[in-house]
Amino acid sequence: MPEITREEVAHMADLARIDLSDAELDHLAPQLSVILESVASISEIATDDIPPTSHPIEMTNVFRDDVVRPGLSAEQALSGAPEAEQQRFVVPRILGDEQ
Amino acid sequence: MSAKIGASAAEMAQALAAGETTSVELTQAHLERIEAVDGGLNAFLHVASESALADAAASDERRRAGQLSSNLDGVPVAVKDVLTTTGMPTTCGSKILQGWIPPYDATVVARLKAGGLPILGKTNMDEFAMGSSTEHSAYGPTRNPWDLDRIPGGSGGGSAAAVAAFEAPLALGTDTGGSIRQPGAVTGTVGVKPTYGGISRYGLVAMANSLDQVGPVTRTVLDSALLHELIGGHDQLDSTSIDKPLPGLVTAAQQGALGDLSGLRIGVIKELQGEGYQHGVLARFNEAVDLLVDAGAQRVEVSCPSFTHALAAYYLIMPSEASSNLARFDAMRYGMRISPEGIADPSAEQVMRATRDAGFGDEVKRRIILGTYALSTGYYDAYYGQAQRIRTLITRDFNAAFDKADVLVSPTSPTTAFKIGEKLDDPLSMYLQDVATIPANLAGVPGMSLPSGVADEDGLPTGLQILAPAMADDRLYLVGAALEAMLEAQWGGSLLANAPSAPTGMGGQS
Repeated sequence: MPEITREEVAHMADLARIDLSDAELDHLAPQLSVILESVASISEIATDDIPPTSHPIEMTNVFRDDVVRPGLSAEQALSGAPEAEQQRFVVPRILGDEQ
Repeated sequence: MSAKIGASAAEMAQALAAGETTSVELTQAHLERIEAVDGGLNAFLHVASESALADAAASDERRRAGQLSSNLDGVPVAVKDVLTTTGMPTTCGSKILQGWIPPYDATVVARLKAGGLPILGKTNMDEFAMGSSTEHSAYGPTRNPWDLDRIPGGSGGGSAAAVAAFEAPLALGTDTGGSIRQPGAVTGTVGVKPTYGGISRYGLVAMANSLDQVGPVTRTVLDSALLHELIGGHDQLDSTSIDKPLPGLVTAAQQGALGDLSGLRIGVIKELQGEGYQHGVLARFNEAVDLLVDAGAQRVEVSCPSFTHALAAYYLIMPSEASSNLARFDAMRYGMRISPEGIADPSAEQVMRATRDAGFGDEVKRRIILGTYALSTGYYDAYYGQAQRIRTLITRDFNAAFDKADVLVSPTSPTTAFKIGEKLDDPLSMYLQDVATIPANLAGVPGMSLPSGVADEDGLPTGLQILAPAMADDRLYLVGAALEAMLEAQWGGSLLANAPSAPTGMGGQS
């Protein structure tokens, strides 16, 4: 398996929406390479005929009765918001200059 | 006061029932203990003195009226800061949630309240439960009551330290790869990770959904059984919750304490000992297994060859799920919002990027990036897909082992508590702490850690892990209580009664 490069770490941070500084990239990239190296062994262990497990206790079609129960009030739902106005979340602009 | 807080939760409940103390008195004694020792420990991120005392007064009122809510009514409890609590902050040990007061209670917290247990406060943890030492908390590390220069384990180091230092008789923890059991081992306390789905996770801020479980953190096996029965069982608000009654856990603990394990087969896992395990940890483990045999159990050797790949599979599955889960911290609906420097009118996405950089610590960033990588196009099959197949192999190993044995045993953690700072910049070495606890999370089976003694080389506590088949959590309590009774007979009391963290006047009292 390939070593993870500084550029790849920068790309992953971009996908994960985290602004990493140059210093953080220098610090994290080699650590991630070591971790990836240590987990690389698994590619040789399990063959395709072994089914994957996504959850340890399998359940299908979990239903509950469709009954009305109290939910959060608008005030409660907004109580942790960085900014709120007229019972709505206030967010920074979502369109760029080019849009 | 010290005798009061030195008792087990079951003894406190008895003292309340006998009218020897009141919930207000008990709660006050614990708050005073926290005031006296938590400056050095940092086990609590928030202490809820006022509401705890009000809850205690209400409990005393119920007792006077003869209308108790549960058999632990009036016994105080601490809650790991990853479980939502109305009226108290829930930070998950992260700057990104600093000061957040959730608008709803986790189901387990609601059940504590319904049972009449005053909540003392919220305990420290590795940020978003990512770590094995509680050093990754954004609010400073928790220290081990046995030696303040050492870690209390993690991620639930705060809950374990609080219980070990007699700041609380009971606490809630969560266990994704060992976060209840490993802190239990290194602080000389008892911790249980129940069967996956055995306790509701509604209101647990998720790290890895297919692995996370809530469980009890206590000083005795019986106390864990009492707390487990109170908070466990089906919950409609958690779709992964098992819709079946729990087995009788308190009954199993009481039966186990009688010390007869005749006919029980104890499987010793070959792969979870030997190289990498500290001498004193293995010595106490082997002596404990001999004691179980003395009680009538039959020792069998079992091999689980896939366990050697459990750590690798875990460190792909957990970061993958964590990277998806932590996408919710977007600076829009709750938590921190920071604007990037030098940008006049930043977009929502720029604010999100700046906030996630400022709000998350190193370990969280490591795991998000690792998970993003493992899930990305071209690597998904090689990493995440393969890890899920290993997971199947581990479950098959457990099934084969449980054909030969009723419970399995191993050391909980390969070492005793290490020094603060020792492994902070060596993630791989930190991850190895969980080598023996991770297989249970991958397969969903229940596990318990209980004290097995102290290592000769450093005088620090060691833990023994018991594993049982899914839904057979009662076996943990049967075997755990039997072992605890035999060990305490040898020690002349509990391990913690003689620990440096014990309240003065307590040592040797039993």
